[in-house]
Amino acid sequence: MSTGTSPNRSSGARDRTARPKISFRDVVKTFPLKDGDFTALDRVSLDVGDREFVTVVGPSGCGKSTLLNMAAGLVGPSAGQVLVDGAPVTGPGPERGVIFQQYALFPWLTVRGNVEFGLKLTSLPAEERTRRADHAIELVGLTDFADALPKTLSGGMKQRCAIARAYAVDPEVLLMDEPFGALDALTRVQLQDQLLSTWTRERRTVLFITHDVDEAVYLARRVVVMAARPGRIHRIVEVDLPYPRTEELRLSPEFARIRNEVWTSVYHQQPAGSAA
Amino acid sequence: MAVITAPDKTPAATAPRQGRRIPPPLLLNLLALVLGVAVWAIVAATGLVDVPGPLSVGSRALDLLGDGTLAEDALASLRRVLLGFVLGTLLAVPVGFLMGWYPLARGLLEPYVQFFRTVPPLAIIPLAIVLMGIDETPKVFVIFLAAFLSSVVAAFQGVIGVDRTLIDAARVLGAPDRVIFLKVVIPAATPFLLVGARIGLGAAWGTVVAAELIAADKGLGYEMMHAQTYYDIPTIFVGLITIGVIGLLMDRLLLLAERRLTGWQERR
Repeated sequence: MSTGTSPNRSSGARDRTARPKISFRDVVKTFPLKDGDFTALDRVSLDVGDREFVTVVGPSGCGKSTLLNMAAGLVGPSAGQVLVDGAPVTGPGPERGVIFQQYALFPWLTVRGNVEFGLKLTSLPAEERTRRADHAIELVGLTDFADALPKTLSGGMKQRCAIARAYAVDPEVLLMDEPFGALDALTRVQLQDQLLSTWTRERRTVLFITHDVDEAVYLARRVVVMAARPGRIHRIVEVDLPYPRTEELRLSPEFARIRNEVWTSVYHQQPAGSAA
Repeated sequence: MAVITAPDKTPAATAPRQGRRIPPPLLLNLLALVLGVAVWAIVAATGLVDVPGPLSVGSRALDLLGDGTLAEDALASLRRVLLGFVLGTLLAVPVGFLMGWYPLARGLLEPYVQFFRTVPPLAIIPLAIVLMGIDETPKVFVIFLAAFLSSVVAAFQGVIGVDRTLIDAARVLGAPDRVIFLKVVIPAATPFLLVGARIGLGAAWGTVVAAELIAADKGLGYEMMHAQTYYDIPTIFVGLITIGVIGLLMDRLLLLAERRLTGWQERR
C-alpha cells in the first residue's frame, strides 16, 4: 500500500523529522454511559517514527488498548485523527499486523493453517504462500509443531504462532496489545529477546502496549507513559540504550535508572483534575 | 463435572481404581442389559403384569423381519425423518446465521421462532392434514418443523457466541465479511450446530412416530397403532424396541460426526 515512501530503509528510525509512520492527532475517544460519556482518551497526540519501537505503559483504564485498536482500525476516534503513512485510518488492513493478548488463534486450524490464513487472502501463488508461511514459522521456532492444533500448544507457543501469523503477511506496522501479559516470567523474557532479534533483522514499526515497566524499557527506544481518568499521555521517556539489548543490559545501573524513572511516572502520577 | 472429564491424563490415578476391580463400562452396560431382560422374563413368566416375555417378543420380531414388514415400516419412518430433518436443518443454518449476524433479521424473525417453539409440532398435525392432505406431506412438514425449530436456535446461539477477538484477528489480516463468515463464524459455530442437529434429530424421531400414530398407512407408529386394535402386544413391543434402537444409532452417528468435526476444541 505504502511501499516506496521511505527511501532510507537501512538508516533505521533515527530521523523523526521525517513523516511519522503512525500519528495520533488530538485523538479523543468517549464511550456513552448511562450517566454521561466516559472519556477513555482525552486529546492524545503521539507520533511513532518509521521502524521505531515504541512501548506504551500505564495503569489500567488509561486507554492504552483503545489507542492501539484505533491504529489497527478496529475502533474509530470520537474526535481527532489517526493517520498511518499520512492517511486517515478507515479500517483494519494487512499492512498493520495486530497481536492480541488472548492469542486469538483459530482453534480449528493447525499452526500452519493459522499462519497461512492471511496469506490466502492475498493473490500470492501457492508456492510463495507456503514459502512465506514456512519462513514465519521458522522465525518463531515452531517448525516442529507446524501441523499441531493450538490446543496442544503451551501459552508461549500459542503467542509465537500468533506472531508468526502476523509476520507472514509482512506488515509494515506491528501493533501488540500486551502480547506477553499472560505468560510466565521466563517465557516472557525469551519472547522479548526473540521479538527484539527479529525486529533487528527485519525492522518494522512497532507499537507495543504493556503494563510491565521492565518490558517497556527493555524493548523500546521511547516509552510512552499514560495516565488514567481521563486517559492521556503523562510523559514520554527516551531509552538511550543501544541495541541489541542483552541480559547484561537488563542488569545494568543505567537500565535500572530509566526503569525507576518510568516506574515513578507510572505509579506516582498526580491525580489530574480528580481533586477538583 | 469437570473432575471426571480427564481420566486419560492421569494414569497414576486410575491404577488404584483398577485395584478395586471395577469392570470396564461396556461390560457393565452389557450386564445391565442382560439383567433387565431377565427381570422382564421373570415378571412376564409369573403373570404379575400381563405382558409378553422376551421370547414371544423375539419370535414376533423374527416373524416381522421374515415377512419384511418390520424393514418396510422402519424404512418408511426413517425416510420421513431424514427428509424432514435434512430440510429442517438445511433451512435452520442460514436462518440461524442471519439472525445471529444481522440485528435486523433477528428482530424480524425471533418472535416467530420463539412462538412456534412453544407450540408442540404435533399440535400442528390437525392443521397440516387439513391443509396438505393425508399423504406424506403433512408428516414430513411436521418433522421438518420440529427439526428446524431445534436447530435454528442452536445456530443462532452459535453465531452470537463467536469470540469477538477471532473476528478481529481475521479482520486485521484483511479478511472481508464474506471470508469472516465462511472461515471464522461457521467453523466457530460448528459445535453449536452439531448439538442443535442432535436435538433436532431427537425431536424429529419423536415426532414421526407420533405423527404416524395419528395418520399413516405404514411406518413403525402405524404398525403399533394397528397392533393395538388387535391386542397384539408383542408387535407393540417390537415397534418400541425398534424405535429405541434406531434412535440410539442415529444419535451415536451424530455424536461420532461431532467428535470428528470439533476435535479441535479445548475440553475443559
